[in-house]
Amino acid sequence: MQAAPAWRDWMQRRVFKGLDDRSGVIVLRYRRVYIFPTRGGLLFSLMLVVLWLGAINYNNSMLFLLVFLLGGLAIVAILHTFMNLLGLRVTPLPAPPVFAGEPAVFPLRVESRSRRPRIGVSVALGSWLQDSADLAAKSSVQLAFRLPTEHRGWRETERVSLQTSFPTGLFRAWSWLDLRQRCLVYPRPESGAVPLPAGAGGFEQGSHEGSGDEDFRGLRRYQHGDSLKHVAWHAVARGREPQTKQFQGAARSRLWLDWDELSGLDTEQRLSRLCRWVVDAEAAGLRYGLRLPGLEIRPDGGANHRHRCLEALALFGT
Amino acid sequence: MSAKSRHDPLLPLATLVTLLLGMGLVAIPHLLRMPVWITVLVLLCGTWRFLASYRGDALPPTWLRTLLTVATAVGIYGSFGTLLGRDAGTALLLSMTALKLLEMRHKRDTHVVLYLGYFLIGTQFLFSQSLAMVAYLMGTVWVMTVLLLSVHQVPARPRPWLYAGRAASMLVQAVPIMLVLFVLFPRIPGPLWGLPGDAYGAQTGLSETMEPGSISELSRSDAVAFRVDFAGEAPPPHQRYWRGPVLELYDGRAWRRAEAPAAGPPAVEHLGDPLDYAVILQPHHQKWLFALDLPALAPPGASLNAAAEMRTAGAIHEPYRYEMRSHPEFRLDRGLSPGMRQRMLSLPPAAHPQARALAEQWRQTSGSDRELVAAAIVFFRSQPFVYTLSPPPLQQDHVDQFLFETRRGFCEHYAGAFAVLMRAAGVPARVVTGYQGGEINPLGDYLIVRQSDAHAWTEVWLEDSGWQRIDATALVSPERVEQGMGRAVPAGDPIPTMARLDASWIKQFRLGIDAINTGWNRWVLAYGPELQQQVLNQIGLVDWRHTVGAMAATLGLIVALISAYMLFGYRQPTTPPLVALYERFCRKLARRGVDRRPGEGPMDFAARACRSLPAHARQIDEITRLYVLLRYEQAPSPDGIRRLRHLIRRFKPAAAR
Repeated sequence: MQAAPAWRDWMQRRVFKGLDDRSGVIVLRYRRVYIFPTRGGLLFSLMLVVLWLGAINYNNSMLFLLVFLLGGLAIVAILHTFMNLLGLRVTPLPAPPVFAGEPAVFPLRVESRSRRPRIGVSVALGSWLQDSADLAAKSSVQLAFRLPTEHRGWRETERVSLQTSFPTGLFRAWSWLDLRQRCLVYPRPESGAVPLPAGAGGFEQGSHEGSGDEDFRGLRRYQHGDSLKHVAWHAVARGREPQTKQFQGAARSRLWLDWDELSGLDTEQRLSRLCRWVVDAEAAGLRYGLRLPGLEIRPDGGANHRHRCLEALALFGT
Repeated sequence: MSAKSRHDPLLPLATLVTLLLGMGLVAIPHLLRMPVWITVLVLLCGTWRFLASYRGDALPPTWLRTLLTVATAVGIYGSFGTLLGRDAGTALLLSMTALKLLEMRHKRDTHVVLYLGYFLIGTQFLFSQSLAMVAYLMGTVWVMTVLLLSVHQVPARPRPWLYAGRAASMLVQAVPIMLVLFVLFPRIPGPLWGLPGDAYGAQTGLSETMEPGSISELSRSDAVAFRVDFAGEAPPPHQRYWRGPVLELYDGRAWRRAEAPAAGPPAVEHLGDPLDYAVILQPHHQKWLFALDLPALAPPGASLNAAAEMRTAGAIHEPYRYEMRSHPEFRLDRGLSPGMRQRMLSLPPAAHPQARALAEQWRQTSGSDRELVAAAIVFFRSQPFVYTLSPPPLQQDHVDQFLFETRRGFCEHYAGAFAVLMRAAGVPARVVTGYQGGEINPLGDYLIVRQSDAHAWTEVWLEDSGWQRIDATALVSPERVEQGMGRAVPAGDPIPTMARLDASWIKQFRLGIDAINTGWNRWVLAYGPELQQQVLNQIGLVDWRHTVGAMAATLGLIVALISAYMLFGYRQPTTPPLVALYERFCRKLARRGVDRRPGEGPMDFAARACRSLPAHARQIDEITRLYVLLRYEQAPSPDGIRRLRHLIRRFKPAAAR
């Protein structure tokens, strides 16, 4: 009696433990795995019942033997199907952002630490089988499921299942995955001909005049032809070599994508247009900044900058 | 024929071909006994389906499939006269399965085809339960299962044979479950519904009628009628008369059983020592049992009538085992009622004038019935009678022609003619059919009685001694009784292999097979409600609740064992001992919360483990270094492995603080 709590504790940890939450890994233990006959399995059992009645009617020993062999096969199939899922470890992976209207793709890593190969493991949304793969012994594989998106913002996942009907297809074992995954959905980029804003409030030519000190990047040795306006005179005054002040974006054009320039459009239309512009500007290799009410992202370029801008658009007003 | 059209979206070509061949294997035993047009239909459907996948031909449109289905049903009705019953039913099932191949478009359809395959395998058992057929059909069950495993997904797996091992292992795991269910699952006595007339196919064996030619026809068959296990020594051949139907009515040509013979029990006095034995009767689809002349008591479920026939309530459709006691010496019916005597003397008025004349002559020269019978025996012994399987055809009065003209006949000629002569002479007589002889199988120490041992003899009634067996065949050919039909008939008669006497290896081999078949029949095929009850009582499961409990417990145990095997017994034979040791080391660390990540190298893992468990850093380092060293040697030295094993065994990490 003394050992019982320890034993129960062990059972609790080893056998029935469901979520292994510290690392966000879901381990498919006994309690999480469900099993039920498929439609094919129900048809199969109907066939067995008919054969069994035939065996009784004709008092045919071999027919009995066949019925019992196939019944045994079905029982063995339950075990095999169940074990095909049991013990798998599912790790949700970050979902890459998408534009509204595109499907959000949620990747999962499915890992098997057992020596049994796992075959035909699929991820499904309701009855919609989305992705499936085989796992060799002690290996992992990436599966993904897609959800449709309509609106910008965060797309939360829905409850999906990891399932298998291997080996016989008579039974389906599944486990619900309540994944705390979400996918960032950028606004839908406006389609059609939407040229980037030129001139007014848009392009600033690299004259550097009036550019604020905040754009100051550093000093370099004065070269012949540098504008005298940018010579660091105090250094010269101290008797050093003349230096030229460097400003960001000095070599390229800079573009401001400004919310306020888009009067006459509603919020979503503005966001959609700005989204398109960000995409186009990045594609054109321009440096661009974004001004939204209450937010200003200074001009820059590159994937991270693009993501910052699009994220701001996606989450605007939320 | 584009590359695209070769690709079947449902089944890869290799899987489809395997499916078609597998269904072919299932169909072959059925097709062997079906009208040729069904074979043509099945081949047509299979080929069409193959071409549809191989060349991208279109599958037949719905109207054509419907037309084919209706035409097939009509055809089967035309061939069999019905759509129901065993023969027409399986023909219908087989044709519909073939047609289903032509509309196999979804995964569902593939599954239905495979289930139909299993079903067709089952129906074949209604036609044959021989060991060879069972082995063949179990092979097809395996093929169906391999296919079931390879079509479980869309698209199906392209190489079905990769699942051969898995399917075999699943079936092997199902076998213990099957055995438990077979023995313990409650058997309900059938039939549940009226069996159609063709339920058991053509009959082989004796019937209730005997005409010239009926038994010699049967004698061409090697089929086993029944087998006998004697408790002691088997009786000598001249006592091995196996009593079957007793034929008392005669119409001038055929001998028949009385429609309502007098109810039992027979008035019999048993003399001498009894013989105890058990009979395993092959299904003969009749309502009688055979016993050594003369049975003392009928087994449960059967009864003895006044003519000492053993009758059962229902026909025997399955191998049936019963225990018997017989007395080779007996006195049956010492008194005969006048009505009975009348019946046993009746002859059609105008039949057999020559035989009647001979009988009249005997009557006049004999003082008693006993003398008359002796005169008849002398007649059969002295005249040039020949015992043969192929007697000349008899066209006119068949008894007269046989007795005075051809003098060549088989046992039914002799038994029939002798009974006619006796009745004509005023001695009550009747014909008894059954089997005579049998062969001891030295490999199983039991007696095999075959259809070729079928026999007929005469019983005459004599004052004070009752019915006496007179075997006129034995008068003509004593070898028939002492050595069997194979030795008695002239060379060149079409006797079956097993009735021959030469001890060829074929005969030895077949006796060996028969010994196996006997066990099979006795314990497997004969395992019905009655035998189950006996077996269950024997092992102490008296109540059905006990039985169900025992069944559930055994099944639970089997399932637990299979699960344990799958969880813990799955060894990869390729794991080298070195890796196994290292995995043990990793498990020890994992218990202390240091899990090795997939793909993490041993050195990185060791560094991480040392940080987590600094107290064991030295040991971890030593083990890992040794492991890496051994791992990258061509062949790790046994000393090194021994040392590693020692280190890992001693490695007992305490939990990190």
